[in-house]
Amino acid sequence: MTDKRVTEADVVGELRDGMTIGIGGWGSRRKPMSIVREILRSDLRDLTVVSYGGPDVGMLCAAGKVRKAVYGFVSLDSIPLEPHFRAARQNATIEAMELDEGMLQLGLRAAAWRVSFLPCRAGLGSAIRENNPELKTVVSPYDGQELLAMPALRLDVALLHANRADARGDAQYLGADWYFDDLFAMAADRTFVSCEQVVEPGGFASAGPPESIRISRMWTHGVVEAPFGAHFTHCVPDYPRDEVLQREYAASAKDDDAWKVFRAKWIDIPEPEYRKLAAASLS
Amino acid sequence: MSSPTLAEICVVACAEAWRGDGEILASPIGVIPTLAVRLAALTFEPDLVYTDGDALQLGAPIASDAPPDAPKVVEAWMPFAKVFDVVWAGKRHVMMGATQIDRFGNQNIACIGPWAKPKAQLLGVRGAPGNTVNHPTSYWVAAHSPRVFVEAVDCVSGVGYDRVALAGPTASEFHEIRRVVTNLAVLDFETPDHSMRIRSLHPGVTVDEVQAATGFPLAGSADVPETRAPTDEDLRLVRELLDPNSLRDSELAS
Repeated sequence: MTDKRVTEADVVGELRDGMTIGIGGWGSRRKPMSIVREILRSDLRDLTVVSYGGPDVGMLCAAGKVRKAVYGFVSLDSIPLEPHFRAARQNATIEAMELDEGMLQLGLRAAAWRVSFLPCRAGLGSAIRENNPELKTVVSPYDGQELLAMPALRLDVALLHANRADARGDAQYLGADWYFDDLFAMAADRTFVSCEQVVEPGGFASAGPPESIRISRMWTHGVVEAPFGAHFTHCVPDYPRDEVLQREYAASAKDDDAWKVFRAKWIDIPEPEYRKLAAASLS
Repeated sequence: MSSPTLAEICVVACAEAWRGDGEILASPIGVIPTLAVRLAALTFEPDLVYTDGDALQLGAPIASDAPPDAPKVVEAWMPFAKVFDVVWAGKRHVMMGATQIDRFGNQNIACIGPWAKPKAQLLGVRGAPGNTVNHPTSYWVAAHSPRVFVEAVDCVSGVGYDRVALAGPTASEFHEIRRVVTNLAVLDFETPDHSMRIRSLHPGVTVDEVQAATGFPLAGSADVPETRAPTDEDLRLVRELLDPNSLRDSELAS
């Protein structure tokens, strides 16, 4: 039996400049923030980030790690506009591929299924066509229907955060929505799952039914035990979003000094210390 | 019942957008549209399907400020993956916001200024491109002004009638922009060329005032009726059950 347990540093050690990295979760919900923080502390650069974006995208932009962002939205949910992402877009420091939310999942599904595109109606007529001139349409050989051909969004690596995982890489989601984490896993060459708690084999049963175990180990290459690993995004039912810290994070987009202060306090610290701060901040 | 506030008039005006929709998913974005769906479901459109704003389809409305762990009557499970399926299957009518909207109903929530280097990056297009070509879409605008109602939007997120016609029959076959509800009036596109017109005026508002707050000429607006007034039952449901702490007022003030 393969024990896939690794640390955040091990995961980031597997990443290379210029890679395409998919990040699971949705907005400011169940993001693999402890791995994102480890990327922020690394010298990685020129990443392409594919995400239903939240503070993962914002922080990576603020730290200058992003060459290109592929997204349907970037939002902090309770704070609709992600200020660090906005700054990166408004200063044109990143390339952007902005897609309809449904198109993004279709691109991941195409990658998962190893086909070069999947057709959809979404996107037709919208500015997505002008803003992404590489997107093409396809005409159905059956009835002449002209559809948008959403290209596969193949990922080098997917980063996910689950409520529970076992050491072999099966992952359990205890909230009501697992978003598109399963598609991110299948679209990626390698998937790393952080989790609140690593359980013994068979240890999922006490937390939820079999259908809550959404990711099979066949997709997983590494498991990181990361209590508060999604903080300050929410990881229900383990913890809610830390709205106080999220507001502090949003305010840190005010200027370089504010971001440096936030970094020093919440990012450039060892993870065990972060966990203590997170627990205190949530209580 | 004391007389209705502007927010309550807007709740009822938004609710009316879903009249006749039957058993489809009603997806509201924002406080007032959310109250509107729940009010419609409690009164004239009892088969509407709606959620808690997350992944649970509800069998009875919850208050606007209900905590996450409030008891809920759960009818079904509606995670985002299911919502996309519903969108593409067409059994949905969404009411989104609009930072900009033009006379043919093209909507922008993505950015202001040139897309390559926007003056203001907003949300991104979110689900607007897919929503508008797959099922009916309406919009809620809390502050009707020429900054919102513009000659041309900066980034077409939701597709309007002129652009969808150019995009061909696959784009247009399920396209419908049903209503635009604002703090001044209800507008629609029921004109020969699908350009925007005033459908009804909120009490005390004139055609001239709406036109002055709109950055393009509205289609012929003679004999515009008044927006339906909330009934006593509407007011009781909104005030006592759906929004006891008046979140509806904060949305209009902003």
